[in-house]
Amino acid sequence: MQITDEIIDYVGILAKLELSDEEKEQAKKDMTNMLDYVGKLNELDTDGVEPMSHTFSVHNVFREDVVVNGDDRENMLANAPEKKDGAYKVPRTFD
Amino acid sequence: MEKAYETVIGLEVHVELATKTKIFCGCSTEFGGAPNTHTCPVCTGMPGSLPVLNKEVVNKAIAVGLATNCTITQNCKFDRKNYFYPDNPQNYQISQLYYPICRNGKVEIEVDGKKKWIGIHEIHMEEDAGKLIHDPYTDSSLVDFNRSGVPLIEIVSEPDMRSAEEVIAYLDKLRMTIQYLGASDCKLNEGSMRADVNLSIREVGAEEFGTRTEMKNLNSFKAIARAIENERERQIDILEAGEKVVQETRRWDDNKEYSYAMRSKEDAQDYRYFPDPDLVPIIISDEWLEDIRAKQPEFRDEKKARYQEEYGLPEYDADILTGTKKLADIFEETIALDANPKKVSNWLMVETMRIVKEKEMDADDITFSATNLAKLIKLTDSQAINSTVAKEVFEKIFDEDIDPDKYVEEKGLKTVNDEGALRTTIEQVIADNPQSVEDYRNGKEKAIGFLVGQTMKAMKGKANPGMVNQILKELL
Ligand SMILES: [Zn+2]
Repeated sequence: MQITDEIIDYVGILAKLELSDEEKEQAKKDMTNMLDYVGKLNELDTDGVEPMSHTFSVHNVFREDVVVNGDDRENMLANAPEKKDGAYKVPRTFD
Repeated sequence: MEKAYETVIGLEVHVELATKTKIFCGCSTEFGGAPNTHTCPVCTGMPGSLPVLNKEVVNKAIAVGLATNCTITQNCKFDRKNYFYPDNPQNYQISQLYYPICRNGKVEIEVDGKKKWIGIHEIHMEEDAGKLIHDPYTDSSLVDFNRSGVPLIEIVSEPDMRSAEEVIAYLDKLRMTIQYLGASDCKLNEGSMRADVNLSIREVGAEEFGTRTEMKNLNSFKAIARAIENERERQIDILEAGEKVVQETRRWDDNKEYSYAMRSKEDAQDYRYFPDPDLVPIIISDEWLEDIRAKQPEFRDEKKARYQEEYGLPEYDADILTGTKKLADIFEETIALDANPKKVSNWLMVETMRIVKEKEMDADDITFSATNLAKLIKLTDSQAINSTVAKEVFEKIFDEDIDPDKYVEEKGLKTVNDEGALRTTIEQVIADNPQSVEDYRNGKEKAIGFLVGQTMKAMKGKANPGMVNQILKELL
């Protein structure tokens, strides 16, 4: 598949990445390689084959509806770059 | 000639499921905790943490699906919806796109006596996001992840509604059904039920749909009705001006009664859904389905019919009583305590609703117990208290759920059936009100009412009205 400049710009926007021109060129090459590699699968006839989402035959893994976690705020917030009043502080965000 | 337009409306309704824990972790879903006190590595999207599905979420989603005539997807999965927003710590929301748990349902609504089916396209399970609070002191946003991972179902209707009245009837139908299931309390004002309105207009008779907009932030039935009217007018104005409606998401401001576009066009809406590799498929067996089907409760329409048939209640009364699950529960519990159904209905329909209205509260938030209402009815049945006192005592029951037996005893509110005491009081009243006595004797029947009133006043409302009447007539 041909990865165009437009695709790279679009993927950059989706991933919130600002890429330099050199990085864009590199990303173009990498993405083309990856898609060509996976593209090999297109050589197979997959008519009538159900799309697969997992490689193992496990299903119905459930949890009972019982509270097991308590208040661990201090630990949780330990990773926050910034915090205030028990909350994660982030740049002002509009709804 | 003026063109005639038809409004076409479809709804996306999010409902918070009433489970004890979140959808993928053992954190509490309890409302109102201090920020981030109900969080763990899973619901804050820490690398390496793994979600495990709460079985009760699946049970409740199936129950809602069965109650809305859906086909249950017996082999369903979760998908990731990718987007960046500070209230979404994983940078994706776990939702269902390809195999939603319920599909092809319908519910029947009634508007102005006309019945109509509204199609349900699908119901899927997903997780709620956290909450952003604006901090004016630092001009930043503070994130609370207590709601992050709270289980939701999203009920997507077909574009089958044509008016605000139909939308409200549909929402009410969903709310009652889900409340009766105990799957959610469905409060629009508290956000446990949220409705996004997709609306387009087209000329009457047109086959094609117009371009639709999606309206968010509708927190009451009134706001929904106003927003629909407003958006309909806005779109008609655009078309009449020869312009085109832009497909966009708009946010309703109920104070200003207008909406504005939320996201700019440059903002890509490309969620790149893919199956969540951390969550294995759910296979719902026939036995599992049957088990839930067998446990479905009596729903509102059935209950309403039964109240009319079994207890002889008028349709209007049955409608009000079943219109709030809480009222229906109190009604049935009080009857189970041997109270007369008509009397129980009367207390709920008249006094209860009066106080609910006065206090501008939701009948769902009533807290008094059936036990105390049943006791009150027994006190009036045995004529231990008269109706005036009973109303006073009921207000106490409504506010504080007091035990009426104790209260009446402590406050000395029992009706005075002691004829001697009554006779003395009445003699005094007659002596004090010669004019009324004169009027009565001259044939003014109404004058006796005043004398009864004076007697009740003198007895502080505790006299047996029948006895007062009888003695008065005798003495006059
Ligand atoms: Zn958690």
